Amino acid sequence: MSFKTKDVVLSADRPKSLLIPKHADYLASYGLNKDDFEYCMTEYLRMSGIYWSLTAMELMDQTSRMPKDDIIQFITSCQDNESGGISASNGHDPHMLYTLSAVQVLAMYDRLDAIDVDGVVRYVSSMQQEDGSFYGDKWGEVDTRFSFCAVMTLSLLHRLDAINVNKAVDFVLSCMNFDGGFGSKPGSESHAGLIYCCVGTLSICNRMDALKADELAWWLCERQLPSGGLNGRPEKLPDLCYSWWVMASLSMLNRIHWVDKDNLEQYILACQDAESGGFSDRPGDIPDPFHTLFGLAGLSLLGNSSIKRVNPTYCMPQETIDRLRLEPQILLI
Amino acid sequence: MSDCDDNDAGWIFYKDRPDWSDVKPVPEDDGPTPVVVIAHSEKFEDVYDYFRAVLQNDEKSERALELTKDAVELNAANYTVWQYRRELLKALGTDLRSELDYVESVIRLSPKNYQVWHHRRVLVEWLQDPSHELDLTEEALLQDPKNYHAWQHRQWAMKTFGLYDTEIEFVDSLLTEDVRNNSAWNQRYFVHNNYTGWSDINVQKEISYTLEKIKFVKNNESAWNYLRGVLIHDKRGLNGNGLVTSFCEELYRNRCRSPFLLAFIIDACEDAIKKNEADGCHNAIRAIELCDALATKYDKIREKYWKYLSNRFQKYKSENGDNHSV
Repeated sequence: MSFKTKDVVLSADRPKSLLIPKHADYLASYGLNKDDFEYCMTEYLRMSGIYWSLTAMELMDQTSRMPKDDIIQFITSCQDNESGGISASNGHDPHMLYTLSAVQVLAMYDRLDAIDVDGVVRYVSSMQQEDGSFYGDKWGEVDTRFSFCAVMTLSLLHRLDAINVNKAVDFVLSCMNFDGGFGSKPGSESHAGLIYCCVGTLSICNRMDALKADELAWWLCERQLPSGGLNGRPEKLPDLCYSWWVMASLSMLNRIHWVDKDNLEQYILACQDAESGGFSDRPGDIPDPFHTLFGLAGLSLLGNSSIKRVNPTYCMPQETIDRLRLEPQILLI
Repeated sequence: MSDCDDNDAGWIFYKDRPDWSDVKPVPEDDGPTPVVVIAHSEKFEDVYDYFRAVLQNDEKSERALELTKDAVELNAANYTVWQYRRELLKALGTDLRSELDYVESVIRLSPKNYQVWHHRRVLVEWLQDPSHELDLTEEALLQDPKNYHAWQHRQWAMKTFGLYDTEIEFVDSLLTEDVRNNSAWNQRYFVHNNYTGWSDINVQKEISYTLEKIKFVKNNESAWNYLRGVLIHDKRGLNGNGLVTSFCEELYRNRCRSPFLLAFIIDACEDAIKKNEADGCHNAIRAIELCDALATKYDKIREKYWKYLSNRFQKYKSENGDNHSV
């Protein structure tokens, strides 16, 4: 019998404890290193970069290290008056991804007044199509990621009434595959990141009942490899960000205890860069804010008490979700 | 994607080009960061300063089209550049065939990028010509058989233009290459679901095909998942297809203990119990034994899941009184 598995081996000298001060320093200085190749390359996703960094700081209770006033001013300047959507950076075109990031950041700061909320609602609802799906921007790319962006953005604004929620749910369900998972479009391969988007959409829309919960959760558990890490599809290497997509989905399904938590925690901790701070996709790779957030958020789901509680649906601090009086659905087992 | 610090000989900065002297460059307005700007890459900064200027002036010109090429070369993931390029193509009435060639060359360099594939799709839609899409995606998939973008594009072209005829052969060649390629298994399902259909004959054919592949590599999650997917279309369910049951039992007798085999038998037991068809092969007691074996021996990492299932069968047993022991 062949048990060949694509996986990594954790080295003995890997980080084994959580290095919070290192991560806070890493994120606080990330925006300052403008001589970084990285920095000039990431202008097109700046708004999401801010969301990743701020949320990570929030979870570590280090929010004060982010330049709040500048961030809010920047977000205001990125809103397009005409469409109402928000772009990644000044001069870029609005997009659903960055509209969501901007709204998440402002929700955490309790400063949703800094943008034209009606404009955002107008933009998001204008992206819904006849079949319930959503475009990512005016060029018409359809993807279940954008369904999730739409319902998350509108729910944070308490304006889900602005779209056809039933149709949005129907489209997401039309992307369910024979293995119980979800892809980006009807018929696209199941993928843990897109499963998170689809389960998240159903959680916000209170339609978790439509899932084949046990089958889906088993598929998600199968993502765990001997190293403890999780991959996003069968036969792929583990990647730290899947700790989030898989674990958040399992949390919404109320089956998070089905994975081996201790093993996974070891893997996540091993992805820390003990020198520069920050987390990377796999042990030894270069860290970035994206994986730093998902490493911390994953540890929070695993119950690490030195990190604030994260909400599995929104990937935001639970206290923000509570303040907004949002109650995304968690399945009863 | 080209390196930021490209020092290609002969490169002239836009700021030094006489034919661009009428344009005032627009530096990045960085927002929430102090203004300590250190030159990260002069070339990058130069190109994007002029790109921002062109965008701001809404300049629709050939030189702007050329500029977007430089901007793409420096960062193919910048969606605003691509969007503006499409505006330019429309405004200038550019030959879209040469644009197809151009984007193909960019896809070769950045095959895992949303923007390039989306640009390709828009062009194909404008031209209503999908004749190169199967070749293009095939090339990308031979390089990386799990490239999600390439699969999405291929499925879109097949669905939109009805290009299903030869797909099963393509999938077959990928599975011959790597029988664990989950993307290829998914594509196989896609073709049957959208084109061939699930007639009884086709279902049996697919079952035989899949069992052959499992015989070859037994611990193959994708193939086992596909088998379940096909059996959705078999009215007899997971427990009722004689071919499948005898295949599984033979593997089991031959001491195969792949978690996927055991998991399949467990699900067949559940199907049987739910339909009141429990028998000597498929029943609660056997399912419990298998769950326990998985939890304690063959798949310990998912112990909690198998215990959960085991409890469910305990309940079946006490509810229905299971008369079948093995």
